[in-house]
Amino acid sequence: MPALSLLVFLAVWQGLAVYLNNNTLPAPETVAKVFWQACVTGQLPFHLGVTLLRLVVSFSIAMLLGCAIGIVLGRNKKLDAFFDNWLVIFLNVPALVTIILCYVWFGLIESAAILAVVINKLPNVIVTIREGTRTLDQDLLDMARCFNFSRRKTLVHVIWPQLHPFVMGATRSGLALIWKIILVVELLGRSNGMGYQLHLFFQLFDVSSILAYTIAFVAVIQMIELLILKPLDKKSLRWRR
Amino acid sequence: MSDIQINIHSKTYPAIGQAGHHAAIADLKLSLKSGEFICLVGPSGCGKTTLLNIIANLDKDYEGEIRVGQHQSHPKIGYIFQNPRLLPWRTVRENIELVLGSDQSPDVIDPLLEVMQLTQSQHVYPERLSLGMSRRVSIIRAFAVDPEILLMDEPFVSLDAPTARQVRELLLKLWQERPHTVLFVTHDLREAIALADRLIFLSAAPMTVISEITVPVPRAERNDEKAIEAFRQQLINDYPEIKQLL
Repeated sequence: MPALSLLVFLAVWQGLAVYLNNNTLPAPETVAKVFWQACVTGQLPFHLGVTLLRLVVSFSIAMLLGCAIGIVLGRNKKLDAFFDNWLVIFLNVPALVTIILCYVWFGLIESAAILAVVINKLPNVIVTIREGTRTLDQDLLDMARCFNFSRRKTLVHVIWPQLHPFVMGATRSGLALIWKIILVVELLGRSNGMGYQLHLFFQLFDVSSILAYTIAFVAVIQMIELLILKPLDKKSLRWRR
Repeated sequence: MSDIQINIHSKTYPAIGQAGHHAAIADLKLSLKSGEFICLVGPSGCGKTTLLNIIANLDKDYEGEIRVGQHQSHPKIGYIFQNPRLLPWRTVRENIELVLGSDQSPDVIDPLLEVMQLTQSQHVYPERLSLGMSRRVSIIRAFAVDPEILLMDEPFVSLDAPTARQVRELLLKLWQERPHTVLFVTHDLREAIALADRLIFLSAAPMTVISEITVPVPRAERNDEKAIEAFRQQLINDYPEIKQLL
């Protein structure tokens, strides 16, 4: 079934391209050729790699910080009441604003780019994990206290497994969000990466390359889902009936 | 092991919204001899679980003191909750291993599993267990820490009669092998007579002790429904003040 739907998609694309017959929508075949060329010259792998590296770094920082802060806020009502407004503010500042401000304040440097992405993603993670922490099963926490679990033991064996669905939710929505923001960050202030390349193709009006890069992009996301997230889900939910 | 003295002057819950403050416990004194099996019998909602939570140091907001031997401290607890409270993402064995102290060898678990007839199921996740089996796991978990006092909060409630009877017999077998001081909460007088050395009857909230009665029925005759029923009738006749609880 998935193969069939993919075929239909390609057929529709081909049909539209033939019907329109101009440069704004190249046929799948043309895009595949451009894709292959970009891979052979090493252009696409290089820029994709740079973007992926930025993704991994900023995603890791945002998730680690977000989980830690989210758990603390979820467990501590006073801190939560204090920081709640801050969260709302950061949640609603447009991504473009944080990106521009980071570049203006810290210069067009790599760490400013990473910081901009982290600031955009962090409030989302915090809010998701905070909600998860609020739903923790008090009975199990009491059990852990009765039996003198250490803090570490409680976190690893009692709290973390309950937060798992929330962490996975934050991961999936986070990846999607970070991808999009990173491209803007690169477009505005870096001289490599997918965003920079797309900007270049836009100026050259090179739609084939834009589509080729997009395909590479989608493929990588699918691979992350298939090779990392799905197995992780399976492993940590093996106890369910 | 040491005797345990429990002396709670008062425990009140603060007022919430329209409901005024609620006095849960008033002047409650219990003295538990080491190795004694005590059943607390009282009407539902009288504050029995509150009492257990105070002893387990889950509830620190009360006036009074708890002494173990000569020292004012909280005893080492093995708690068997009304719901088994097993971690669903850990296997039976992992659930038990997690409560062991750093000085305890995991080997202590095997004989416990054996007595409770769970050796076959030790690598199963709790969601696949029946309720009776989960209860047995939670009994093992409480015994495994070698506690100074075992707290049991109606652990056989919502089991069907034959299963409850089976788990009760296994519990007694384990307890006779390894005597621990037990505080067992129930509202079922027959169950209390079948298990206890001593019965303690509690009033409705604010909870206090109405009377303490040693069970004279020899342990060998506790399986006999008639002996238990006879003692129950005798209790009802001799102690009119507890009649309302039954």
